[in-house]
Amino acid sequence: MILKNIFLMFMAGFISVACSKSSDEVVSSKGNGVKIQSWKSSKGAKVMYVHAPQLPMLDIRLVFNAGSARDDKHQGVALLTNAMLSQSAGDWTTDQIAEKFEAVGAKFSTSALRDMAIISLRSLTDEKWLAQALNTFKVVVSKPAFKEDEVKRKKAQQLISIQNQLQSPSSIAKNAYYSTVFNDHAYATPSVGTKELVNALSVKDLKNYYDKYYVAANLTIAIVGNVDQKQARKIAEDLTADLNKGNAAEKLNDVALPVQSQIVHKEYDATQTHILIGQPGMKRGDKDYYSLYVGNHILGGSGFGSRIMEEIREKRGLAYSSYSYFSPMQSIGPFIIGMQTKNEKTTEALEVLNKTLQDFITNGPTEEELSHSKKNITGGFPLRVDSNKDITEYLAVIGFYDLSLDYLNTFNDKINAVTIDMIKDAFKRRIHSDKLITVTVGKK
Amino acid sequence: MKKLVLLPRLFPRSLVLFLFFAVAPNAFAVEAKSNPVKVYETRLDNGLKILVKQDNRAPTVVAQIWYKVGSSYEFGGTTGLSHVLEHMMFKGTKKLGPGKFSKVIAENGGRENAFTGKDFTAYFQQLEKSRLPVSFELEADRMRNLTLPEEEFKKELPVVMEERRMRTEDKPRSLTYEQFIAAAQISSPYHHPIIGWMDDLKNMKVTDLQPWYQKWYAPNNATLVVVGDVKPEEVFELAKKYYGPLKPSENIPELKPRIESPQYGERRIKLQLPAKLPYLLIGYKVPSLNTAKEEWEPYALEVLAGVLSGGNSARLPKELVRKQQIVASADVGYDMISRQSGLFIFDATPSAKFSVADVENALYKQIEELKSTLVADSELQRIKAQVIAGDVYEKDSIFYQAMILGQLETVGLPWSVANEYVDKIKAVTAEQIQQVAKKYFRDTTKTVAVLEPVKQ
Repeated sequence: MILKNIFLMFMAGFISVACSKSSDEVVSSKGNGVKIQSWKSSKGAKVMYVHAPQLPMLDIRLVFNAGSARDDKHQGVALLTNAMLSQSAGDWTTDQIAEKFEAVGAKFSTSALRDMAIISLRSLTDEKWLAQALNTFKVVVSKPAFKEDEVKRKKAQQLISIQNQLQSPSSIAKNAYYSTVFNDHAYATPSVGTKELVNALSVKDLKNYYDKYYVAANLTIAIVGNVDQKQARKIAEDLTADLNKGNAAEKLNDVALPVQSQIVHKEYDATQTHILIGQPGMKRGDKDYYSLYVGNHILGGSGFGSRIMEEIREKRGLAYSSYSYFSPMQSIGPFIIGMQTKNEKTTEALEVLNKTLQDFITNGPTEEELSHSKKNITGGFPLRVDSNKDITEYLAVIGFYDLSLDYLNTFNDKINAVTIDMIKDAFKRRIHSDKLITVTVGKK
Repeated sequence: MKKLVLLPRLFPRSLVLFLFFAVAPNAFAVEAKSNPVKVYETRLDNGLKILVKQDNRAPTVVAQIWYKVGSSYEFGGTTGLSHVLEHMMFKGTKKLGPGKFSKVIAENGGRENAFTGKDFTAYFQQLEKSRLPVSFELEADRMRNLTLPEEEFKKELPVVMEERRMRTEDKPRSLTYEQFIAAAQISSPYHHPIIGWMDDLKNMKVTDLQPWYQKWYAPNNATLVVVGDVKPEEVFELAKKYYGPLKPSENIPELKPRIESPQYGERRIKLQLPAKLPYLLIGYKVPSLNTAKEEWEPYALEVLAGVLSGGNSARLPKELVRKQQIVASADVGYDMISRQSGLFIFDATPSAKFSVADVENALYKQIEELKSTLVADSELQRIKAQVIAGDVYEKDSIFYQAMILGQLETVGLPWSVANEYVDKIKAVTAEQIQQVAKKYFRDTTKTVAVLEPVKQ
């Protein structure tokens, strides 16, 4: 699986420059690429905005720093709280809310990851339709009812999701990887939680969680579409009007490296064994970001042509999908090498993966590989921001992780500045062969 | 619906895009204000059809080449042939060594992949617009000049078997779906899975592939679709330069109808598999746009699907998930764009305290309701609003726009169907929905599959 790598690029003038009547506090990205404007709402939410007038539609993505890393003792509470936002709110029932969105063709969705709690809206910008979509969105976000019977029903659905993970070897492997690699860190547990702890969640737990984390100071708002800056400002003000100001979530603990290598096997009745190898990788805004990014692109991040794909699939036919990725997060996120192969081939696959990684750490990439990768990454930039959907996702990431507004406009240069020595140095310092965690799920 | 419509060579970056096809109404232009984007069309002397649509929001382009071949063209014993050939299309031509195709595209900053469906095999590249010639040069080359080396085949076949293990063998629901499809359709070529039966894969030879390639991979059996920041006349010129010299195939076989044989009563299968959750599939035989005697019927079925599961206010989430709380999730799927008649499928996961039988009965009650009572005007209005909005939203993806055109052409429908879609949906009446419910949701065309978990 090719993970979506979140990065943005300089792109000459295809998204029109927003008509900037920028008051003092509006900060804009430099250059003539994707023009991002950013400001704080009066309640303290961070707004990220790009004017995209070509289609009569609007995307809004709200990201609260309220992912499951904030679960603490109440595993599953972040996901359940987030899911409750599509249920009764204000004076409206769940049915009414769904009807209000859908009667105007609006799309509403929620999701909770480890870092982020996300609430998204897509609407037409036709005035009569947009007004109803936005008004419903506002109530859903700021007046959730957390009704007892609805919480009970959503909880039951979350328990089904947990069961569903238990019949998926890839989910079992992922959960085992996180719990071993992140040990006592908040990233160790899955967003969906465990049966016992989800069962134990109460309405009060959800309300407390909501009150603490669903506050303006803990929120990033991405707005992309056919609204001018003035409208975008008004939308951001309206959406946050009924939220408490609150505080930004506290910094998460640092992630500790594993003390030593460890192999975790989970027996599972299947034809294939799922393999994950890795350790804590890097965080957002990491000083080694570009070196590790380009290095991983060559190692296993770019599909065909990457070393892992060549060794595992192209040379040996061991797997359909084989890859490696860094997932930078608030704290250090995972570095993962993954694949799945028929049970009998597990030992061979593990040998090849470890040898490939070791060789890469020791010798780094070749000049040819580096130049090829740079061409791919920089030449492919236009593709990464050629839809409003992509731009919205990237804005949310840049805002949420406090990356520079010029992230896009400088990205190509930073990629081009990476050298073989930088990659070798970064991999040697960051990836420790004697501390790798290996997870296998399958039949021995 | 978590059904597998397409088999990409790699996971697409957004699987949702692909599955979306099966579930959501494929909306197209028509609201008074929105003009359908013009599609430019031409055909080269060698028979290659070319469709171009302009979208200048970004300096990018997508090029897709669609072949009229897929799993529904195959026969017992060599199922999975089209999909294996799709994999082998990256294994070298007379000019370009194995794996080089992907490297050249990558070096040009491009993304590429391929996918196989029941009725088509398609290849695509997404590129910065000035790189379009690279795509044409490479695709034209492999349309006629594939080498199919034995040693590459020997390495790639196990990859496809691993793919099958990952997608199907180790996934209880996918396995259930595969057997359900096979049980519901006996003589139709939709009987067998796109990826092929494992035993057929095991016994496949590279010599099976060569004639298949020769037969189907030719300009007069393909459609080239280009969407992006391009000028149509320049695309036509470029296509002429690269694809123009290719020789057409003279032996493209006429397809046998292979119409599904009659069914005489309900069919029911049970799968006992290591799993944690039970699962239910119910399918009824329905026509597609290609096979419907009354053209409005597929559109009525499409709206009916929307009434049941087109959003959180639709009947299944409202009645079964929230009110009765019988299911944890329930969905329907109907694909009107296919060569042959297919299935209208219900799938559901029971909630903890209910059995599969409870869920099945609850679904039948929903079906009875559709037969006995006209759908409310508010429901129709909601679906129409969703279709109008969807028409705008889908323009946010040039890939998706190209996909619709390619799929229509390849299953034998004119691309203009895309531009009529919203109007045809808008014209559907409550009476028509009731009519198709009565006509098609009958026990004599029904197949039921139940996944019964057993302990590991």
